Amino acid sequence: MSLTAVEVKKIAHLARLAINEADTPKYVSELSTILDFVAQMDKVDTGSILPMAHPLDVTQRLRADEVTEPNQRELFQSIAPSVESGLYLVPQVIE
Amino acid sequence: MKWETVIGLEVHCQLTTKSKIFSGAATAYGAAPNTQACAIDLGMPGVLPVLNIEAVHMAIKLGLSIDATISPHSVFARKNYFYPDLPKGYQISQFELPIVSQGHLDIDLEDGTRKRVGITRAHLEEDAGKSMHEDFNGMSGIDLNRAGTPLIEIVSEPDMRSAKEAIVYLKSLHALVRYLGICDGNMQEGSFRCDANVSVRPLGESKLGTRCELKNLNSFRFIERAINFEIARQIELIEGGGTVIQQTRLYDADKNETRPLRSKEEANDYRYFPDPDLLPVAIEQALIDKVRLELPELPQQKCERLQKQYELSAYDASVLVSSRELADYFEATVKQAQVSAKLAANWINGELAAALNRHNLEITASPITPAQLADLLRRIADNTISGKIAKSVFEILWESKESVDSIIEKQGLRQVTDSSAIEKMIDDILAANPQHVAEYRSGKDKLFGFFVGQVMKASGGKVNPQQLNDVLKKKLAGQ
Amino acid sequence: MHNHTIAELAAGLKAKKFSSKEITEAFLKRIKELDNKLNSFITVCEEQAHKDAQIADAMLAKGNAKPLTGIPIAQKDIFCTQGIKTTCGSKILDNFIAPYDATTITHYKQAGAVLLGKTNMDEFAMGSSNENSFYGPVKNPWDLNRVPGGSSGGSAAAVAARLAPGATGTDTGGSIRQPAALCNLTGLKPTYGRVSRYGMIAFASSLDQGGPMARTAEDVAMMLGVMAGFDTKDSTSVDKPVPDYTATLNDSLAGIKIGLPKEFFNAGLDANIAKVIEAAIKEYEKLGATIHSISLPNCELSVPAYYVVAPAECSSNLARFDGVRYGFRCANPKDLEDLYKRSRGEGFGAEVKRRIMIGTYALSAGYYDAYYLKAQKIRRLISDDFRQAFSQVDFILGPTSPSTAFKIGEKSNDPIKMYLSDIYTIAANLAGLPGMSIPAGFVDGLPVGMQLLGNYFTEARLLNVAHGYQQVTDWHKKTPENF
Repeated sequence: MSLTAVEVKKIAHLARLAINEADTPKYVSELSTILDFVAQMDKVDTGSILPMAHPLDVTQRLRADEVTEPNQRELFQSIAPSVESGLYLVPQVIE
Repeated sequence: MKWETVIGLEVHCQLTTKSKIFSGAATAYGAAPNTQACAIDLGMPGVLPVLNIEAVHMAIKLGLSIDATISPHSVFARKNYFYPDLPKGYQISQFELPIVSQGHLDIDLEDGTRKRVGITRAHLEEDAGKSMHEDFNGMSGIDLNRAGTPLIEIVSEPDMRSAKEAIVYLKSLHALVRYLGICDGNMQEGSFRCDANVSVRPLGESKLGTRCELKNLNSFRFIERAINFEIARQIELIEGGGTVIQQTRLYDADKNETRPLRSKEEANDYRYFPDPDLLPVAIEQALIDKVRLELPELPQQKCERLQKQYELSAYDASVLVSSRELADYFEATVKQAQVSAKLAANWINGELAAALNRHNLEITASPITPAQLADLLRRIADNTISGKIAKSVFEILWESKESVDSIIEKQGLRQVTDSSAIEKMIDDILAANPQHVAEYRSGKDKLFGFFVGQVMKASGGKVNPQQLNDVLKKKLAGQ
Repeated sequence: MHNHTIAELAAGLKAKKFSSKEITEAFLKRIKELDNKLNSFITVCEEQAHKDAQIADAMLAKGNAKPLTGIPIAQKDIFCTQGIKTTCGSKILDNFIAPYDATTITHYKQAGAVLLGKTNMDEFAMGSSNENSFYGPVKNPWDLNRVPGGSSGGSAAAVAARLAPGATGTDTGGSIRQPAALCNLTGLKPTYGRVSRYGMIAFASSLDQGGPMARTAEDVAMMLGVMAGFDTKDSTSVDKPVPDYTATLNDSLAGIKIGLPKEFFNAGLDANIAKVIEAAIKEYEKLGATIHSISLPNCELSVPAYYVVAPAECSSNLARFDGVRYGFRCANPKDLEDLYKRSRGEGFGAEVKRRIMIGTYALSAGYYDAYYLKAQKIRRLISDDFRQAFSQVDFILGPTSPSTAFKIGEKSNDPIKMYLSDIYTIAANLAGLPGMSIPAGFVDGLPVGMQLLGNYFTEARLLNVAHGYQQVTDWHKKTPENF
């Protein structure tokens, strides 16, 4: 499975990762190699097999509808890159 | 060419749980920014979600009320995309196995027909935060209080054929979720939000046209306008030789137009996959049966009952059941007044609704209680006051804490029913207007109203209208 | 002092031979003197350690001490520690002072253990050599030119060099067992769901599991007793009582059935390592075990399946590192997209970016079925292989790693070669089974680990089997020369 530079850039964009133009060929070859490697999976026919998303066959436990979390804004925002008036700041969001 | 409109609606209802869907933070509206966003809502490294049982119960309630299938096994999935109001970079939602599927809602159209609208699915998910676009030196501010608030997204089939039908469906659904007590329905605060998928096709064509998704619709009025604008835009576009492009469009209420959303132009690839932090949700029949027992009477059942029990018209009943609280108000009033239900319905749907509307109040905030309204209606029924005077009493009652009887007494509004007093008043009026009397007697019947008016004026409106009519007729006839 | 096992230290504390303060100071001193050679710690929590020791000594004085009270423990820097920098080995969290404690950290606090420091690791636990750390590679105390294994390489090196008597690790594809093998330690990856993942920074949520690393099975048993348990904050943790793992350590091994999967002893295995493992098998036979040949036919696909499932989950788990609420934010972002792309592009290292991209691709429209879904189906086949195997035998035995510690830089430019270091460990993660690595001998002066896999929730029995072996061998007592 060989990826193209265009595909790699599309993936990097979906994942919001800046990659240098100069590094693109390296990513193309490394990612293609990995995809080739995982393509070994095609050796087995898995047609009727149920996919397994969880190691244990258990079901979701539910929590009671109770407010248990106090306001900790000061603590949480003490580690934020940029805040003002209690809000997290980011470059303008354009809709 | 004749065009047919096809509309499907996606409604997001915020569920009225106390805490978030996956965390123990509060969901109350209007708190200071980020004071109700805990480590989980903020997507701190290492945190994990745990599902709120109440959100599941509420979804089951909705499912039962729309005759849907409640999935015995449903799965939460991650919808991956980057947006500042989405702290984890994914929204926990449901994709392949939603909790509710294949239901329907019957809606009563204006022309008296009933239409069945299919509901493809309803799934649980978490709400996102909010971006504040006020300028912070070229930056936006992010408030994550809303992040993690439970939502149920109710997706209809493309079964609606006009903006009007869409509104009827939405209002029916709005009433339903409020009856169920699972959503407060507040559209201003965003508790009940709607996206509309709109397309057009030549009448008779079975294939669907390309649709556009309309967003930012936060009132019934705007939804109707936006859909109508969009229908016209698409028809004009196609008739002008263009083609509709599938896109998301934002409704601008100020300009009454829709325009494409800029930031989401690129095709999204949400990369849904089962959330490995959450396990499949198992819902046993016993739980479904238990929730079924807790279901309240639903709008349609109530509407039918009110018509039967109180001999109301379909219209009166449908207005009364538009909210559970209004219907409760009506029933409480009738019970206490022991007057005709029709009179109560007229007053509640008329005078009271208008006054609430004027003051922008919900029925639950009405300054006039069912007991007070019942007192008023009883005084109309027993002829203590006329309907017209009752309106004045209503006005005073709205503002004061006095009882109906004390208002009537203090203001001297008691109806005059003493026939000798009425005769005296009529005699005075006739004596003062000999020319009109003569004209009337020579055939100008229309002047009857003039005499009624004069007597009413003289009495301050307090004369019993029926008695006045009878006596006046006799007197004018010279008897 | 530093040569004592946890069990010995605990006994000494109870007998008042020494105080927690003395033990703590001894280890802090060793870290100060020796860690510059190893780079096994990212943060040494000197102040916190002193405080914890004081509390522990008070508990000991009052007589309400628990088994680990007063014992210094090094925590992998993947566990959030309130008020203390928690980096996960990444530049993107270089400035991250965790605002809360992971459940594992809370458990150690409640047990009265001393937080010695936060250990180095492959960035976001992605790696098998500890070369993928923003804080530089960790050296193997047995040979400073070699890797300690990964991703819990800092924990492994620290315990092997006896800079800490025990440390925590996390194991997503072998990250406890492989470094334990390469550093001559005993390490245990519990059954998925046995140890809470709350506050343990996620790499691949359906595979990650925290566990203990120490020198003996007995120490590991003591630590697991603290770490294991149901947590209401982790939906995937299992509500099962936690046994006293030390109570059954000395049970007889007579009659236990050990299976040797033929796929673990094929051509890919170094002949010298095979010899070491064969000798260990003989020891078990002497202890009364019966040996059976078994097959795990689909396990050869565990590495390919893993390198779809783990990256897929990581691509989503790591989306939260976006420079908005915490962590690294790039300088002067020109717009929102630039903020995301550069904060992440500059904040993540090469291997993390590779895996995020592979995972993004594997989940994207048009490829989901061929990659993600396919891998999850193979996962089921692998899990079924184990189910079949455990209907025949009690435990599965084999090598932990196909080679001994390799040279720093040897595999760092070849991702696939690196991925294959975990060829024997990954299957247990895909199936969610518990596994251990136990010191079994040496090849050219480098430690060789033996892996034991058990059925779900058989940790007590696994520890018993490991302990039995350690009673008749002394490989686990060997220590690196210069430490």
